[in-house]
Amino acid sequence: MDLIAQNLSYKPEQEFHLNDVSFSMKKGQLYTILGRTLAGKTTLLKTIAGLLTPQQGTLTLDGQDFATVPVWQRNIAMVYQQFINYPHLSVFENVAFPLRQRKMDNTIINTKVMSALQNVGLMGFEDRKIQALSGGQQQRVALARSLAKEAGILLLDEPLVNLDYKLREQLREEFRNIFSSQVSSDSILIYSSTDPVEAMQLGGDIIVMDEARVLQQGTAKEVFENPATIRVAQIANDPAMNMMQGDIAEGKIRVNDSISLAVPPHFSSLSSGRYTFGVRAADVSVAAKGIPFNVELAEISGSETYLHVQNGDQTLIGLLDMVKDFAAGDKVNIGLDAAKLYAFDESGRLAASPFGGGK
Amino acid sequence: MTFVYRTLKYGFIAFWSMFVVAPFLWALSTSFKDFNSVTGGATYIPWVDFEPSLEGWKVLVRSPAQGGINIIEPYFNSIFVTCMASLISIILGTLAAYALSRFTFKAGFIKNNDITFFFISQRIMPPVVLSIPFFIMLGFLGLLDSMVGLILVYIVLLMPIAVWIMVDFFNKVPREIDETALIDGCNPYQAFFKVVLPNSIPGLIVAGLFCMIFGWTDFFFAFILTFTEVQLLPVAIVALNSSITPWWSLSASALVSVAPLIIVAFLVERYLSKGNLSGALK
Repeated sequence: MDLIAQNLSYKPEQEFHLNDVSFSMKKGQLYTILGRTLAGKTTLLKTIAGLLTPQQGTLTLDGQDFATVPVWQRNIAMVYQQFINYPHLSVFENVAFPLRQRKMDNTIINTKVMSALQNVGLMGFEDRKIQALSGGQQQRVALARSLAKEAGILLLDEPLVNLDYKLREQLREEFRNIFSSQVSSDSILIYSSTDPVEAMQLGGDIIVMDEARVLQQGTAKEVFENPATIRVAQIANDPAMNMMQGDIAEGKIRVNDSISLAVPPHFSSLSSGRYTFGVRAADVSVAAKGIPFNVELAEISGSETYLHVQNGDQTLIGLLDMVKDFAAGDKVNIGLDAAKLYAFDESGRLAASPFGGGK
Repeated sequence: MTFVYRTLKYGFIAFWSMFVVAPFLWALSTSFKDFNSVTGGATYIPWVDFEPSLEGWKVLVRSPAQGGINIIEPYFNSIFVTCMASLISIILGTLAAYALSRFTFKAGFIKNNDITFFFISQRIMPPVVLSIPFFIMLGFLGLLDSMVGLILVYIVLLMPIAVWIMVDFFNKVPREIDETALIDGCNPYQAFFKVVLPNSIPGLIVAGLFCMIFGWTDFFFAFILTFTEVQLLPVAIVALNSSITPWWSLSASALVSVAPLIIVAFLVERYLSKGNLSGALK
């Protein structure tokens, strides 16, 4: 029994916020909605929560129409990107709020709240005011409230995006543990994110959204290995996958006068013609026998270097596993491994992938 | 630098306080004077500059037959009318403001902001324009010279203030708080009463304070719409004025009439401090 959406459309004014969105979700699973800002992720979560009513399409849970159930009767919980709590209540009462709404017994409420607070690492904070907590702690309270409710559908709308980098990493790790240990096999967990790394780390299924549409649904591995379209390849990689317009002719891939590669074995089924070739930043390397490029910009990030290079009209971003200073204008030879190339046809669909996907 | 800054700062505060406090001190001193002390040139300190007398205060509680004005009944009339009108204005105004802040209204070209402006536009025209329609309407309803009539008129005048302040306040409370309350099992009414309202106390207090100040100090409508049955404090005080201006009893009545507002201001001050909502709004 699942949560199934069919052809959901929501268009409050001129623009679609959801455009013909369909998906199916199984209980006991984690789903990550991956998409850039304004892709429609929050709209989709709010639609599932019942805060928005789509103009078209159906939403069913366990075969029953979900759209007619009012929000307060749906068994759901939601954590927002902003840290939303009830500022007039203590931490304990914040977590207890949904349970009190259900008129549960006080002793049961006590046990559930305490165990939820323990899960998010906020033991000893029960009597604090929300205002006296840091951003990370406030978000933990919101998470504890949604966990204590033991909802059938748990919605998390970019819950980590407003936190600083270190806290984000730490909480993401904790979230993963909490999800695997606390969320029962009866619930569906839906997490939205703009960060492909986060989506891959969380595991589970990924639903890629862009401009109000669902572009691809599949496991993290599938989306990573065989992105359905150019747009998915860009959204699901950080930095976005490099794209090169070029042709396949006479056993050669030709992008421009100087960029030309031998056709790799996994492209053997492709006919001659015009394609867009994709290559991940991590598969762009500096090689002595490579193709000459000019450095535009080099950014050092931790132990890696983002190298922006240019050859004619073609720009590439390389993610080099080393720290090296390049000056703008330097000449470097870039190695492109043809075996790692993706090919997309003229309509933008995946034609061939190094992992065997495509037509 | 710090020394200069502090000197300037406290100097300015002292200077400004003088302007604010001086009229009160002047009224206090005058209320203990008699005819001779008032007319005999500027004097300030009792016992030193002039001989204090309680005449100004006694007039306020003496019956009219004995040449007094007895402000006790008008005083309680004023408290009742102001409190009832403010309370009803706050209740209606808060509900209207919540609706205007959270729901979308559309009637042709008229939208939420236009409706909000329509409320406050009631306060743009000068009160004198409203006096004749109000007089005719209350006359038609048989409510002239009655407390109910005055309360109705004050609601018309005070509710726009409440709506205006509360719309602004609710707009600053994130919608996500209401939504979270709905998700946590509240129906829309519970979400409003259990979550939105408790977090709006500072706004309610500001709106309430403004309503009370406007209601309490109104003279114009209290004067026009009442005759003999019901008298409100500002009208009673003005009745003191005769051929000789009794500065001593005017000063005493002025002090008595601002006292409730000062007490209310002290009581609610702690709710007005900033940051009550900061935890929700980060």
